[in-house]
Amino acid sequence: MIEIHNLSKQYGNKFLFKGLYLNIAKGKVVTLIGPSGSGKSTLLRCINGLETFQDGYLSVNGQILYGVNEQSYSKAQEDRIVRKIRRKLGMVFQQFNLFPHMTVLHNITESPTHVLGISQADAESNAISLLQKVHLEGKAQSYPGQLSGGEQQRVAIARALAMKPEAMLFDEPTSSLDPEMIEEVLAVIKDLVSEGMTTVIATHEMGFARDVSTDVVFLERGEIVEYGSPRDIFYNPKNDRTRIFLSRFMK
Amino acid sequence: MNYRLFITRSILLLQICLSVLYFSTTNSFANQNTLEKIKSSGVLTWGFDAEGGVPYVFHDPKNPSRLIGFEVELVDAIAKELGVKVQYFQNVWDSILLSLQRGDFDIALNGIEITPDREQAIQFTRPYYAYTERIVIRDSDNRIHCLEDLHGKKVGTLYNTVAKRMLEEMGNITISTYSGQVEPFKDLSLSRIDAVFVDSPIASYYAMPNPQLRLVGKPAGEGYYGIAVRKEDSALAEELNKIIGKISRSGELKKIYNRWGLWNASQEKLFSDEEVLQRYTESPSSVSEKVSPAVLKFLPTLLKGALVTIVISILSMILAVSLGLALVIMRLYGNTWLQKISTAYIEIYRGTPLLIQLYILYYGLPNIGITLSAFAAAVLGLGMNYAAYEAEIYRAGIQSIHKGQTEAALSLGMSKRLALKRIILPQALRIAIPPMTNDFIALFKDSSLVSVIAIVELTKSYSILASASMNFFTLGIITALLYFGMSYPLSLYARKLEKKLRSHDRNS
Repeated sequence: MIEIHNLSKQYGNKFLFKGLYLNIAKGKVVTLIGPSGSGKSTLLRCINGLETFQDGYLSVNGQILYGVNEQSYSKAQEDRIVRKIRRKLGMVFQQFNLFPHMTVLHNITESPTHVLGISQADAESNAISLLQKVHLEGKAQSYPGQLSGGEQQRVAIARALAMKPEAMLFDEPTSSLDPEMIEEVLAVIKDLVSEGMTTVIATHEMGFARDVSTDVVFLERGEIVEYGSPRDIFYNPKNDRTRIFLSRFMK
Repeated sequence: MNYRLFITRSILLLQICLSVLYFSTTNSFANQNTLEKIKSSGVLTWGFDAEGGVPYVFHDPKNPSRLIGFEVELVDAIAKELGVKVQYFQNVWDSILLSLQRGDFDIALNGIEITPDREQAIQFTRPYYAYTERIVIRDSDNRIHCLEDLHGKKVGTLYNTVAKRMLEEMGNITISTYSGQVEPFKDLSLSRIDAVFVDSPIASYYAMPNPQLRLVGKPAGEGYYGIAVRKEDSALAEELNKIIGKISRSGELKKIYNRWGLWNASQEKLFSDEEVLQRYTESPSSVSEKVSPAVLKFLPTLLKGALVTIVISILSMILAVSLGLALVIMRLYGNTWLQKISTAYIEIYRGTPLLIQLYILYYGLPNIGITLSAFAAAVLGLGMNYAAYEAEIYRAGIQSIHKGQTEAALSLGMSKRLALKRIILPQALRIAIPPMTNDFIALFKDSSLVSVIAIVELTKSYSILASASMNFFTLGIITALLYFGMSYPLSLYARKLEKKLRSHDRNS
């Protein structure tokens, strides 16, 4: 479903990723763990075309995007490819990034109506059922500024799902939440995963990663140090660096 | 005074620039034969400046909507001979010949001295008045008796006049230059200057009725006023020459001059070879005779000016806000060339005075064949200037929107254009509205600058009325109140918007 092939990304002459490979099959739930600055977020943002990369390519359900050094197409063509990829993926950000000038309902219907051309009525009824799914059916007419962080993040999830993505990317979805709100967001993600949605999550919630993942990727300084099942990674890490990182997190 | 000085300097600069253009281009756009045009349309358009125009042409203090003065009567007499009606064209005196050249009116007749340098640009008729330069001092001052006594003194005179040139040639005199006639006499009374040196009609008119002031010394530097027409209008000049001769022979001219106390030996000499003129004795009308009229009488004129101010401000702001948006989109999202054009536009418009921009639009563009009406030039000038500032406000607004907003929009499959239109601009606009409202208030007040290009808006109405009635204080307060009454509600609105925006920020 998502294939990352020999991907390299550099800032100036400093490499972040040097020939990275990762395959995520349909229905998999992959968590990216690792210290801050290890490249978890950047990897997700590359997949979604929010960051460019220099070499290699990535493929999302057959749609291929090459690194800027290997592109032979124009800026406009690149934009079209990136947009096609984004249409297959939903993204949830650490900072929620809801549109503050629109109601919750409007946040969810904005893109389906303007990008997919769905009628306002259909978009709204779909939005209501998505709000039910994230347990916020009563907040349709509220503005983001009137919601708690946890509620905002759940709206953001509903908003991404409204575009009917083939896979979901979560970029540290609970990192800017107060502790008492983390659970409600994780519960929604768990529900989603249980429905079989292909999911990639960058997170610091190790317990959550252990419980919901099919695969865990431990990243450090842009390098995949270890890849495996949650059982292998959390209970039987092969690499010392993984062990040191986890010992700090799991107490 | 600084404002006036500023205007004076800008005009000087502009005239230098424009005169270069004048000599290198012909006024090809200036119509067919003006004389034929006047006769066929039945209208003679006359350019003058009624601001501080006593006794030449000024607003009657008893009835401010009416123009009076010896030149009004002279032009009426000329029009009667031509068999046409007079159409008035108010124009700031400093630029009256420029306006004549650009074709705003058919003749300029407003105490314009016949000088060789003016004759290079326009054509004069035969003189209609012989003036001299006179010294006016405070009655209590015994230091000054003749021209030579002006050395080492502070002397007031008018911008762009023969008197000023004479003072400059004498050297060792501190010259204060004014564009209005009332102000030097005010400053003289207030001892800000030691003497006023101006054309005899002005000197007599202001000094004679005022017991605090008196004329001293012999008349100096005799010269002539002529009617200015465009260079190519020789037929019109000839016709006017005939008419001047005719009305001087008939005694009509002398009658007019006598009514204003302006007939003297010099005029006798000027017209004596034409015919012996009958002597009329009528007491001259003077400032002291004028009853200070009820202030209410001025209100209609001021309100009319205020309306012009409002219309110009609103239209300019609409232009500024739309053009500003186009500029900022070019700057932030355009290709390299559009970015460069937009940046250059913003820097140039912010880095040059609005006044110069107005002059270039109004007086400069005719030289390349684009003649804008004063109204269009005013709206364009203000709007294009403020567009540069609005663009910067938009930019600040757009750049204050967190980049996560764009990323969220893009990740939802929106194009960059759609994200800008639906997500970024609506939020940026909210941030931009309060500073833009403040800018509108500023523009509203800056609109007074357009009076320099022949627009009679609120400030111009005020200065015309005030210098005619000498009532600077009351009229000033009323005018200020009018401005305040219009801008204060806007300012309240801006504050309310700001508060609303701040609470919006708190919530999110």
